[in-house]
Amino acid sequence: MNKPLPDPVPASLDEARVRWAAEYAAQLPQDRETRNRSGIPVKPLYTPLDADPSRYDEALGFPGEPPYTRGIYATMHRGRTWTQRQLIGLGTPRDYNARLLDILDKGATAVSLIPCNSVYRGYDMDEVYPELLGTCGVVVNTADQMDTCLDRVDLATTSCAMNDPLPFTLLAFMLATAKRRGVDWRDISGTSNQSDYISHFVANHMFFRIALPGSRRVLTDHVAWCNAHAPRWNPVSVVGQHMQQAGATPAEAMAFTLSTAIQYAEDCIAAGMSPDAFLPRFTFFFDISISFFEEIAKFRAGRRIWARVTRERFGARDPRSWRFKFHAQTSGVDLTRQQPLNNIARVTAQAMAGIFGGLQSLHTDAYDEVLSCPTQFGARIAVATQNILREEAHLTDVIDPLGGSYYVEALTDGMEERILATMADVEAQGGMYAAVRSGYVQKRIGESARAFQAKVERGEQTIVGVNKYVVDEDASARPALPKPDPSLMRSHLAGFARWKAERSRDDVDRALSALARAAQADGANTFGAVVDAAVAGCTHGEICATLRRELGFGQPLVVV
Amino acid sequence: MSLRPKVLVTKIGLDGHDRGSRIVAAHLRDAGMEVVYTPPWQEIAAVVKLAQEEDVDVIGISSLATDHLIVPRLMHALRDAGLAEVGVIVGGIVPDEDERALLDAGVARVFHPGSSLDDIAAFVRDLAARVRSARFPA
Repeated sequence: MNKPLPDPVPASLDEARVRWAAEYAAQLPQDRETRNRSGIPVKPLYTPLDADPSRYDEALGFPGEPPYTRGIYATMHRGRTWTQRQLIGLGTPRDYNARLLDILDKGATAVSLIPCNSVYRGYDMDEVYPELLGTCGVVVNTADQMDTCLDRVDLATTSCAMNDPLPFTLLAFMLATAKRRGVDWRDISGTSNQSDYISHFVANHMFFRIALPGSRRVLTDHVAWCNAHAPRWNPVSVVGQHMQQAGATPAEAMAFTLSTAIQYAEDCIAAGMSPDAFLPRFTFFFDISISFFEEIAKFRAGRRIWARVTRERFGARDPRSWRFKFHAQTSGVDLTRQQPLNNIARVTAQAMAGIFGGLQSLHTDAYDEVLSCPTQFGARIAVATQNILREEAHLTDVIDPLGGSYYVEALTDGMEERILATMADVEAQGGMYAAVRSGYVQKRIGESARAFQAKVERGEQTIVGVNKYVVDEDASARPALPKPDPSLMRSHLAGFARWKAERSRDDVDRALSALARAAQADGANTFGAVVDAAVAGCTHGEICATLRRELGFGQPLVVV
Repeated sequence: MSLRPKVLVTKIGLDGHDRGSRIVAAHLRDAGMEVVYTPPWQEIAAVVKLAQEEDVDVIGISSLATDHLIVPRLMHALRDAGLAEVGVIVGGIVPDEDERALLDAGVARVFHPGSSLDDIAAFVRDLAARVRSARFPA
């Protein structure tokens, strides 16, 4: 065990360092300059001379206490391991339900739902090319279909994450289902993933349906409504993952995410909410690249900054407001089509970085995600990877096991400094909303994406099987990829048409008119009107079309 | 008539992930080509119209999340508009079995993840030259 360093550091230590440095330079005269993906120079060795032990309380503290560098809960993974939340979705609601029950049976502990791209874009299944239906997610357009998706799932006890951008129709369908099953909305728990419209405006662009000012309003309404009616639901998930996948460095992704969270918090405060009323339900969602130590430092630094921002900038008093809760997903960008089984090793390293980074919830990518929507075989390996890391590898025996590493602490400080500098750049642009409207953030992400790609092309960043250790492969060794059964999809479409013809058109028209009025009225809650519309039998496409008409169609701002 | 190849880089269908298309577009531009770039979610008819108005030699379609499945519809629409000679390439996540169908529909080449930017640029340059000589025989 390390003894605390005496102060001042003994001369012998510095002498030893000088001796080592001379020996190192003699043996490695042409040492390469090393920088991590965020551009921070990395030295060959870190020692007590890189640390300031007198800062322990202020910089690190204990788990469960601010600044939470060592973790947001006193017991961390030793008390409760992370939630194993695999993102799934394919085909029809029946297909989805079967896959969901399978992974719950194999060890997953929470539900996630990925809808079809047609849903992301705000359309019903009869508004798009049929060959695109269900290829990347489940085709769910109504409360009835959501009921099928969640068949045999206890909504009062199972945390459900919906990949559900504003106006949050999937949550509305789930609430309608709960109502039908007699489950109290106050017991519903989970997260509106993809609620972060700024990240979609900037990067990824999957879920941007309504013009920027309207999006801003609907998100604030959603937070207020959930606080009042579904207090265990997390209405906001601020997504760093999209920006990092689009090319932001890990430090930039953390900075832009924190700046976005600040923007949303300020919008909620401007709408009259008190910080301690909504901050405890803010969550975050990040990418974990394979840059192992950098990712660990990114998460530790993010926790520290958020604890400071919530207390000092927003004056939050409730410790739950200060805690930086996050879900993370292993990075798909790092995966390769070449020798796809190698991706299992990559995902393992990425997942370990997230675990050491102190995550609350984890999705491990299936090795075949780079080929198509994952196979059941691939999805099971991804679940097993988490089971192995959690229960075989002894990763969870000690809280923040890399805390106190001279390198990890120095890197955490370095990442913090870099993140704060980028957050200051965003502030100088007038905050995140202004910085994405002007294209500033898009430009930075684009530059970083190109710089990374240039390193790959020059061979400075190895990618095994792509620019080094390339092997001739037998394409037939690749797995057969899942596709939705066209006949099942046809009958799903036919069922939808029948259902629409049979429902009460009066109820639907009334609910859609009320939704349109809410969108135009100051002080009305748009999300409350969305929930009413879902209960009344409106479809996803009808709700989205109404809000697009009233609030304007969303177009991303793309900068190349 | 400009000698620089002119390329439209776009995404059709429903998906919005555009890291690949942004990087490829910027690289082709830096390699001296004239690049027309659009945001994602373009309608097929809009792509055909743009290709016609901008008089492009090559169309690059980027697809991450199965939008490649509607590329055969684009090929038909181009033919119907009298643009059969325009070269079309696809880049992104395309399963092997779907690649065959795209090539059969007239796509010149599919670039998979891990492709080198220089290889893509060289292919586009050659393809554009072939398209030019087909359109404007000497």
